[in-house]
Amino acid sequence: MREVGVVGFAQSRQMRQTTGTTNGVEMLVPLITEVFSDLGLTKHDIGFWCSGSSDYLAGRAFSFVSAVDATGPVPPINESHVEADAAWALYEAWTKIQTGEVDTALVYGFGKSSAGDLRRTLALQLDPYVLAPLWPDSLAIAGLQAQLGIDQGKWSEQAMAEVAVRSRRDAETNPNAQLAGSKDVDSLLAEPYIAQPLRRHDCAPITDGAAVVVLAAEHRAGELAERPAWISGIAHAIDSAHIGARDLTTSPSTLTAAQKAGIDGVEVAELYTPFTHQELLLRAELGLGDDVRITPSGGALAGNPMFAGGLVRIGEAARQIWSGSAGRVLAHATGGPALQQNLVCVMEGR
Amino acid sequence: MKERAAVLGTGQTHYKAKRQDVSMAGLLREAIDRAMADAHVDWPDIDAVVVGKAPDFFEGVMMPDLFLADAIGAVGKPLLRVHTAGSVGGSTGVVASSLVQAGVHERVLAVAWEKQSESNAMWALSIPVPFNMPVNAGAGGYFAPHVRSYIRRSGAPNHVGAIVAAKDRRNGAKNPYAHLQQAEMTVDKVQASQMLWDPIRYDETCPSSDGACAVVIGSERAAAAVERPAWIHATSMRTEPTTYAGRDQVNPQAGRDCAAALWKQAGITNPLEEIDAAEIYVPFSWFEPMWLENLGFMGEGEGWRLTEAGETEIGGKLPINASGGVLSSNPIGASGMIRFAEAAMQVMGRAGEHQVDGARKAVGHAYGGGSQFFSMWVVGADKP
Repeated sequence: MREVGVVGFAQSRQMRQTTGTTNGVEMLVPLITEVFSDLGLTKHDIGFWCSGSSDYLAGRAFSFVSAVDATGPVPPINESHVEADAAWALYEAWTKIQTGEVDTALVYGFGKSSAGDLRRTLALQLDPYVLAPLWPDSLAIAGLQAQLGIDQGKWSEQAMAEVAVRSRRDAETNPNAQLAGSKDVDSLLAEPYIAQPLRRHDCAPITDGAAVVVLAAEHRAGELAERPAWISGIAHAIDSAHIGARDLTTSPSTLTAAQKAGIDGVEVAELYTPFTHQELLLRAELGLGDDVRITPSGGALAGNPMFAGGLVRIGEAARQIWSGSAGRVLAHATGGPALQQNLVCVMEGR
Repeated sequence: MKERAAVLGTGQTHYKAKRQDVSMAGLLREAIDRAMADAHVDWPDIDAVVVGKAPDFFEGVMMPDLFLADAIGAVGKPLLRVHTAGSVGGSTGVVASSLVQAGVHERVLAVAWEKQSESNAMWALSIPVPFNMPVNAGAGGYFAPHVRSYIRRSGAPNHVGAIVAAKDRRNGAKNPYAHLQQAEMTVDKVQASQMLWDPIRYDETCPSSDGACAVVIGSERAAAAVERPAWIHATSMRTEPTTYAGRDQVNPQAGRDCAAALWKQAGITNPLEEIDAAEIYVPFSWFEPMWLENLGFMGEGEGWRLTEAGETEIGGKLPINASGGVLSSNPIGASGMIRFAEAAMQVMGRAGEHQVDGARKAVGHAYGGGSQFFSMWVVGADKP
């Protein structure tokens, strides 16, 4: 395997609503400019481009095409796109670098959730013949998952509220966070349910946002960054789509990805958990102890740009390496209802 | 560094306007089961699944690969969903190849599909886009001016398009999976059909199909167990914007660059002499001579001469779309992968009635968007 490092990262401010189009263009162009300026690169230095986005979120077909156009690909570029969170675009880019065909890759993702009704839109990810016609929305499904864990004694509403408090207080030092600061646990638990047992603080906000990451191989990474975040392992897997037929309180695909990626000794874990109980679920599944710092950026609970959120986790984890504040970090990304699909990326400084 | 990779097997569904006899999962499995049988592999042999499809609105399901995970054998494995517009079937093949060439996996299942009968493609394509003028004319209306421009620039005689259409439809009749079975199609019949978007007549346009196509791609070690795999000699992808000042939409730079990179990687210096069969994305007849030039088989303005001379027929110098091509079957998201799979079938000697005799090296080609996304591969009977 070639050594590949994360060397560049830029993200938009996470906002409840932007005025731009659903194509991501207005959010992406400044970010691409920023990351090139940081690294002293131009678009001609990029060997492979890969993006992640969703037409359903954008409310139109071929939304990624306008985004590609906005990157100004003249002369033509070597480019691909996944209909998934951009963390999976990063995986495809990492693969492309592994073939030896290219040494650098630029990955981006974008999502403007404010344009539609996210809860209902996500219901269209369910089986279209037997489940989607019932319109169980994303909060309802997350609520079922949370309740199952409570019933089994795996977590509690109290522990969930503690996750919310920590996340939103951590977000106070994240200039890009949409929500920062929190009341105490007792005050949160006095709030009404919005999808029992979920209260507002248990759920990620609706966010518009985008992110860009640059990868480079071997000596190229060394030239571009003082301390690249070297990817020591990256893997992903998917679980059954039948939410009634899988144990929603576990995440076998996360475990499979973690075993392949090799997560021993990580000091920080940026987990993509749009609901508080999902952090508790993943910590248990990954066996992350109290010595592992969980999602210091504040995570999805402080701002959840769909289809960029997983890539943001990778970027935030890489920053921990660049700054020298950690030697080995884990980033996680998710997609699909109730953590159906999961990716684990482990990075280290050397 | 780069591992060798080969196509171990291919599988296709029967293509029809509406496959209402199967669900989406059933449609995919029809292609997957045939590909796995052709490759002599079983589920435990498959390390990862790559799914390709054009816009989700075509079926009305958001990221349908998620709900299909069980049916396509992906549970517990990595599943990657590619979407690069009309070129996606080819891109899916390229991504799956990369997973093996990168040394990440031994065997990868790639499947590309479209089931337009689940939704309404015209609705899907009619959602207004900010800052873009709506074409309101469908793909034919969009591409007809490019064709007129080609005819004017090259001085090609008017009947060349009809020659392509008649050939592809007759070829389709040799392919049991083809949507249109028109063994008796002639140039005269094509020229007598309704004019839709001048100069494109009804019989010069692709049908709208439901269908899926799958391939199993394996490492050199996996290929050792297969009789006559199709070795992947080269893959390439290129993208350019929909519009920009000076853009040549008849002979796009992205296509030329993609082909140049492909031939270089495959060690091919004279494509016309070295390629034995080509599966090229021709949704409207005139794109055969246009892509012959864009791919570098013929010089600029000369592509139509090869077609007119009958050299793109089975038995000619460069048989193009022996399968019947997109003009005989067009399940949009799958169409690129069908080109890739049919190219592989030719060098594997598994193309049945539409086999090109002695094919040792073949090219698969796909394009999408406004002639702006390209993906290609070269496969050969011999190890690269």
